[in-house]
Amino acid sequence: MLTQLIFLPLVGALLVALIPRGRPDTVRWLGLLVSLAAAVLAARVVGAFDASSGGLQLVERAAWIPGLGVGYAVGVDGISLLLVGLVAVIFPVALLGSWGSITERVKAYTIAMLGLQTAVLGTFLSLDLVLFYVFWEAVLIPMAFLIGVWGGPNRRYAAIKFFLYTMAASVLMLVAILVLHALAAGQLGERTFDLQRLAEVRLDAGVQGWLFAAFALAFAVKVPVWPLHTWLPDAHTEAPTAGSVILAAVLLKMGTYGFVRFGPMLFPEALVAAAPLLAALAIVGIVYGAAVSWAQTDFKRLIAFSSVSHLGFVMLGIAALNEQGFQGSLLQMVNHGISTGALFMIVGVLYDRTHTRELADYGGVAARMPRFAALFTIVLLSSAALPGTNGFVGEFLILLGAFRVSAWWAALGVLGVILSAVYLLWAYQQVMHGPATARHPERLTEITPRELLAFAPLVALIFAIGLYPRPLLDRSEAAVRAALDRLERPAQQRIVPQAREPR
Amino acid sequence: MEGLAPAGVLLLLAWPLAGWLANGLLGRRLGRIGPGLIGSAAVAGSFATALGLLAAYRALGPEAGPIPVPLGAWFGAGALVVDASLLVDPLALTMALVVSGVGFLIHVYAIGYMAGDPHPARFFAYLNLFVFAMLLLVTAGNLLVLFVGWELVGVCSYLLIGFWFDRPAAATAGRKAFVTNRVGDAAFLLGLFLLFTSVGSLDILKVGEAASALPGGVRLAAALLLFAGATGKSAQIPLHVWLPDAMEGPTPVSALIHAATMVTAGVFLIARLGGLFLATPGAMAVVAVLGALTAFFAATVALRQHDLKRVLAYSTISQLGYMFVAMGAFAPAAGMFHLVTHAFFKALLFLAAGSVMHAMHDVIDVRRLGGLARPLRQTALGFVVGGLALAGVPPFAGFFSKDLILEHAFALGMATGNYLPYLLGLLTAFVTAVYITRAALLTFSGRPAEPGARPHEAPPVMLWPMALLAVLSVAGGGLGARAAGEPLLRFLEPALPHPDGALAGVHAPAGPLMVLSVAVAAAGVALGWTLHRGRRDPALGALGGVLEQRWYIDALYEAALLRPARALGRWLAGPVDLGAIDALVNGVGRGLARLGADVRRWQTGYARQYALGVLAGTVLILVFWMLR
Repeated sequence: MLTQLIFLPLVGALLVALIPRGRPDTVRWLGLLVSLAAAVLAARVVGAFDASSGGLQLVERAAWIPGLGVGYAVGVDGISLLLVGLVAVIFPVALLGSWGSITERVKAYTIAMLGLQTAVLGTFLSLDLVLFYVFWEAVLIPMAFLIGVWGGPNRRYAAIKFFLYTMAASVLMLVAILVLHALAAGQLGERTFDLQRLAEVRLDAGVQGWLFAAFALAFAVKVPVWPLHTWLPDAHTEAPTAGSVILAAVLLKMGTYGFVRFGPMLFPEALVAAAPLLAALAIVGIVYGAAVSWAQTDFKRLIAFSSVSHLGFVMLGIAALNEQGFQGSLLQMVNHGISTGALFMIVGVLYDRTHTRELADYGGVAARMPRFAALFTIVLLSSAALPGTNGFVGEFLILLGAFRVSAWWAALGVLGVILSAVYLLWAYQQVMHGPATARHPERLTEITPRELLAFAPLVALIFAIGLYPRPLLDRSEAAVRAALDRLERPAQQRIVPQAREPR
Repeated sequence: MEGLAPAGVLLLLAWPLAGWLANGLLGRRLGRIGPGLIGSAAVAGSFATALGLLAAYRALGPEAGPIPVPLGAWFGAGALVVDASLLVDPLALTMALVVSGVGFLIHVYAIGYMAGDPHPARFFAYLNLFVFAMLLLVTAGNLLVLFVGWELVGVCSYLLIGFWFDRPAAATAGRKAFVTNRVGDAAFLLGLFLLFTSVGSLDILKVGEAASALPGGVRLAAALLLFAGATGKSAQIPLHVWLPDAMEGPTPVSALIHAATMVTAGVFLIARLGGLFLATPGAMAVVAVLGALTAFFAATVALRQHDLKRVLAYSTISQLGYMFVAMGAFAPAAGMFHLVTHAFFKALLFLAAGSVMHAMHDVIDVRRLGGLARPLRQTALGFVVGGLALAGVPPFAGFFSKDLILEHAFALGMATGNYLPYLLGLLTAFVTAVYITRAALLTFSGRPAEPGARPHEAPPVMLWPMALLAVLSVAGGGLGARAAGEPLLRFLEPALPHPDGALAGVHAPAGPLMVLSVAVAAAGVALGWTLHRGRRDPALGALGGVLEQRWYIDALYEAALLRPARALGRWLAGPVDLGAIDALVNGVGRGLARLGADVRRWQTGYARQYALGVLAGTVLILVFWMLR
């Protein structure tokens, strides 16, 4: 089932490639239908998922390169399930939302988007490190194209920077994977990249520290953790709307997912040791991202820096290494995807009409687009984590988890709660309030039914998760507990399996 | 009752929620008058439900106690379980009656006041949403549910202050209100974390029971953090700055949210967590002193404001200070009594001020008013009744409640030696009488400053709510007057913890204190009359300038906090982010590029070639490691 889910978009992309030229609407519809079909499959995965188990489920394995120990293995647990759900929702939304803005090379665009979906699903579901790495890097290619081909005026610079920065950071992870493989071969007596097998390898503190550092660097750039964030504003600003949506909603989560997935499984002691450092960087990110966001004049850069701040919250929850923190972080990964994805779509609606991202070019838009104003308000409040919207429960759990470790972590982190209101309301006022000073008032036509339809699932989730987050939290609870168990159990008590006969 | 409580309290909340949905979704299809009727009817439904709940609760007798209404688990993680629960007790019922009762009158008034506005549906949708949020706040059984209401009333406040968002001042004021409140809310959140980690629950009843057993330091920190939240919502020093600016909102909003109900949420919070606060004398001293300082400070500022609504806004800040004095003096029932009478007379004053704006085409600067007693006879009468109640002149309602607070403040002094709250409270009573006399004289007496205006009295739909509030501003004293048997205090008593220890046996000399406070109020009115008779408005010299500039606190915040913060943001965004961090990244990239001089021709700038190159390199490394 998971394999079908992962590769369905790719198969869809191949089908799209078969559509003859000059039929963009067929391409658009097929792309949307494929992503909707993937959503149906994802819903079936959610339906088949057993929330009471903390282990990996629906595992599928196949031999790939047996001689090297490289296998094809996919599976899902409560940690990846939420992100799979997020991917399933965001892609159709982003595709539908871009019908009005992407008018050139629609076919290539749709292929890139569907290929991207396969890559991110594979990243979240891989249980074999080589497979994981292939998907991880494969994500870069369609994304770089999305920025570089359909992006803004400075798109080439942004695309190359995005590609090189995140690629360079990942190369060390590949080295670490290979070292881990070599050490496993010694201890387990078999060549394997299987995550669950590698989790049984005992690493001494020094080696573990270095390997974790290599993984963490790759993840930290992706999140991005301050000060490794500078590729993000450029990528976001130049990317087309759907690219920004996917980048914010899904790609950044690859980094935070990496910490939660691999930290407890492979490097528990190193993760515990690094937690204070991660928390410190997270707090700097929260405050720094918010302060810099406030100073932006470009709407998209403003939201990009708000992501640095919001992802700081996610990292803080992870660094808390307790149930509230982990649960809050997992929930907030989904929430940030919804809220920030929606914020980029908000900018997209305005940009499609006026082709400017400068806050100063707007003003008084609310009077011209009252329905859009209401929508923007909802998204804004969700991003500011107002109770009743999705953001609140996540932030509350993260800060509570942080508080349980150190009152200072929470006291500094809570500054982000204040600052998010500062820059978000500031942006809203610049754009929506005041007298009608927008540069192209005549182009500011009310949001269309198609655009509204693209927002509808996000708005529904904003309220649904805000009012009743338990369906999500219940599904991740067992997996989080299992992950934390690995951190709490002293290293010497971890079961070391007998070495098997080498093949 | 036990069985009725869940249905009743849900119905209480459902009315305004339905009104919000109806107005929000049907919007323009409701015409000009429909939204106001729907909005008012919804709040009337809540008021009727609250009355029914009150009757059912009283039927249970004096031992009824709090009735929790569990609605199931909201969310949880690990040891944290947050139950969505409500709570019916005398405190909740009192607040629900004030919110829905005064709220209903103000909704009706708003039908007339907003008659000319093109967006009545949006207005009444926000107003109904506010009533829902406020009712949720006061009936919450869990601190996090309370916090939901707490934040949601803040959002409604933001939306309604900025209702006329095309005015930059209104939009900015809304933002200022929200952000200032968020500062308090951040402290509130930390208080919740501390309570949860030490009590293990955020259930209000459990926290109240467990509070006295907590270590002193934890109790003090939790109480002060929650009080910091209260200073935001209830506009106390140092977070008071948003409320005067909030007057940019339509006047019914000022009356309902920024006078009668939302701003009292901080006072309510302390009463609600009486078990925590009353067990923490250190925190109570802070509450009493800060409340007294705020009361005095805001009253002095009200002396020299020219915008009538700003006079009333500072008056509200000042009166809220009194309520905190009562809380800090271990007399939550007295504070609640003043909360109720203040809701009556301050709503009345605001509605009268709104009637003036209505008549004078939105002129609200007292220097441009005057002589309105004749054309606006009923409005003037309403303002005077409200003013007398505010000034603490017997037999108006404010006299009884303010006097009771001063009595308890004096008792606090007798017990602890801390007479500061009492003395500041007494001084404030004097200043209050002066400033409200000034406001009344400048607005209504003498000759019009701009004779050309042709003011017209408000329509009955606006006058009737004022008339009813005027009656309540007189009769409301009976809720807590000794002669009337103190029905409200008796009703509230079982819901509020009693101070044990030092204050239990102390009784202030009620008679002499009452004589003194009446004398002070009379002297204040007399001084105000002498100073401002014939619409004279002496500037009070240098001191007057300080007062006019609000003791320069807003200017100080601007210069010491906001401007440095913005500058810091710009500095981080420019020199640090682009100039240092990003420049370093690009420098590394460029340096590497230069290193490979031979492969420079590969630098085609096409991402796909880079991708290919890096992938190929990766595969090479991979293969090398495999075959090693």
